[in-house]
Amino acid sequence: MLNRKDLLGIKELSKDEINLILDTAAGFKDVLGRDIKKVPTLRGKTAVNLFFEPSTRTRTSFELAAKRLSTDVINFSVPTSSVVKGESLIDTALTVQALGADFIIIRHSSAGVPHLLAKKLRASVINAGDGTNEHPTQALLDAFTIREKKGRIEGLEIAIVGDIIHSRVAKSNIYCLTKLGARVRLIGPPTLIPEEIRGTGVEVFHDMEAGLKDADVVIMLRIQMERQGKGFFPSTEEYSKNWGLTAERFSLAKDDAIVMHPGPMNRGIEITSEIADGPRSVILEQVTNGLAVRMAVMYLLAGVKR
Amino acid sequence: MKIIIKNGHIIDPSQGIDGVGDILIEDGKIKEISTQHSALSTSSSAHRTIDAIGLYVLPGLIDMHTHLRDPGFEYKETIKTGTKAAVKGGFTTVCCMPNTYPVNDNASVTEFIIRKAAQEGHCTVLPIGAITKGQKGEELAEIGTMRNEGCIAFSDDGRPVMNSLMMRRALEYSKAFNVPIISHCEDLTLSEDGVMNEGLLSVTLGLKGIPSEAEEIMVYRDLSLSKLTGGRLHIAHVSTEGSVKLIRDAKKRGVNVTAETCPHYFSITEDAVTGYDTNAKVNPPLRTERDIKAIKEGLQDGTIDVIATDHAPHHMDEKLQEFDKSPSGISGLETALGLSLRLVEGGILTMGQLIEKMALNPARILGIKRGTLQTDTNADVVLLDMNREFTVEVDRFLSKGKNTPFRGWILKGMPVITISKGRIYEWQ
Repeated sequence: MLNRKDLLGIKELSKDEINLILDTAAGFKDVLGRDIKKVPTLRGKTAVNLFFEPSTRTRTSFELAAKRLSTDVINFSVPTSSVVKGESLIDTALTVQALGADFIIIRHSSAGVPHLLAKKLRASVINAGDGTNEHPTQALLDAFTIREKKGRIEGLEIAIVGDIIHSRVAKSNIYCLTKLGARVRLIGPPTLIPEEIRGTGVEVFHDMEAGLKDADVVIMLRIQMERQGKGFFPSTEEYSKNWGLTAERFSLAKDDAIVMHPGPMNRGIEITSEIADGPRSVILEQVTNGLAVRMAVMYLLAGVKR
Repeated sequence: MKIIIKNGHIIDPSQGIDGVGDILIEDGKIKEISTQHSALSTSSSAHRTIDAIGLYVLPGLIDMHTHLRDPGFEYKETIKTGTKAAVKGGFTTVCCMPNTYPVNDNASVTEFIIRKAAQEGHCTVLPIGAITKGQKGEELAEIGTMRNEGCIAFSDDGRPVMNSLMMRRALEYSKAFNVPIISHCEDLTLSEDGVMNEGLLSVTLGLKGIPSEAEEIMVYRDLSLSKLTGGRLHIAHVSTEGSVKLIRDAKKRGVNVTAETCPHYFSITEDAVTGYDTNAKVNPPLRTERDIKAIKEGLQDGTIDVIATDHAPHHMDEKLQEFDKSPSGISGLETALGLSLRLVEGGILTMGQLIEKMALNPARILGIKRGTLQTDTNADVVLLDMNREFTVEVDRFLSKGKNTPFRGWILKGMPVITISKGRIYEWQ
């Protein structure tokens, strides 16, 4: 069992805890392959998806993961309008808890919100993405996928390409993969990779070709269109020319390298369809694995005595 | 009414006094001060004799940078609660920033603050007027009229004048009234919506950083404008090593500049933000060990003239929000002296130098006859017990603002008596 009430980030987890989650997820993946995909493990529990930011994939994944564990799920979407109405974050969360939630799965545009709620709530708080801080279940499912495909994580050369500074996926992946012994390289324009991030033990490349050389895994990040008006790069065309993943560039990685993307993709901008749909893409498997990992997280948190 | 303070260790840098002696107060004024060489001439019976053996007797402290929130934000603080907190913290004069509602950018708001403070204030309140109307940085406020009404300095506080021409005009125009322009140095286009110091920690917390350069660029601009105009510039809450260096250099070149820092900038680093503690959210943000070292050196060599509190009380509900959304600021009046005394303990400043930074220098910069125990000045006096330790407990704060990152700290040195506006406050 995990000896913690909440999953706030990968930063807080030990290597053993990460491995425990991945091992547990492997068991749940078997369940998902069966004819009857549901187990009674967490029957009678209630999970609430408390999403302050629009999300379809992560929310759906958590919803289905809960259902597969026989947990009741409520989607409590908080559109911008109710923030305007002035209810405080804490009040919203306490209201949700009063409905009987055992798990509160939170996504919010501000970093640290899950940490704030975890202090105030009895329920288990699961971070489904907080601002530019972390998205721990995405990193866990990425690690799970890499381990499944490569048989290990230790010693692998893993490149993460794109908007690192604004990416909670990149942050969680850096912590997760370095804890598991991989060597992580970050690739992108200097405006999107803060210099200080070298302090986390990663290598930084501004040249895509140099960074991709002999990589075992390439994780592409979604480029946000709104960044171009803010001076991070002049145009998506120029971005794509320099940091888009084409077949030619991908050939610089190892022959058996895999390519990943947390979605949603901008086809033709950060990744070409040829690569995204190609034989070494594991993008859709990541989605499937996400279910197993989220089931494992809920299962392990539920086992904690309070 | 006559009060005699007997056998205390008097420290008054304005007269070079550092020794045991007595003070006679009559009708709210210092009547006579004696040291071991001369006894008080009047031995006539006083209404109150205070035995100050083992205590420091100091001029009342002056805070050049206080937010009293009154008028407009009385749920955060009022003149009454803020000045009570001040007196408990050893301050007998506070200068209140103009970011009230309405903004103190005209004489009627100034007059309101002064009148209310005269009625309800536990210490003297000297308002700081806005440089520009509505702190908008577009048109000069009526600096001369506000000066006549009682404003002692001018500042747009946390909404710094971004337009360099407007800042030039302010520094020029204010010369006619001999008032300092207090600058919160922040290049808003560079700090953008940052919420903490920029560095590895901001990256790993996923919080938007404010680089030191956002402060230093404006420090340099304002030093340049002060040199150009000869206007009196006072730099508020210095937080970075680079700012200390720029100010030190400018002083050597004879620029008409003074500077302050705050206890939190030499006591804690950005690490206090870890865990998303909104009580450690302050603007400028908490920096690094390197900056603390530079600020201490700046205090020691006189580059930084003043320790001010930047007392910024906020309501608990406002701090109990998303880190991004929570307002910046620390409630500082009741911890400032205790934190600053650590500089004396650590050998950075002597007790006399500390009193210069917290009483005498503010008075000189503001051109007021305070921060001294000279005869015929107001009897603003603090009796400090250096043997008293206290734990920072927000429930015991007299300020409405309970927002402090120093909760639970044990501080040494506590005012036991404050004499302010003719009243004797005794603290347990």
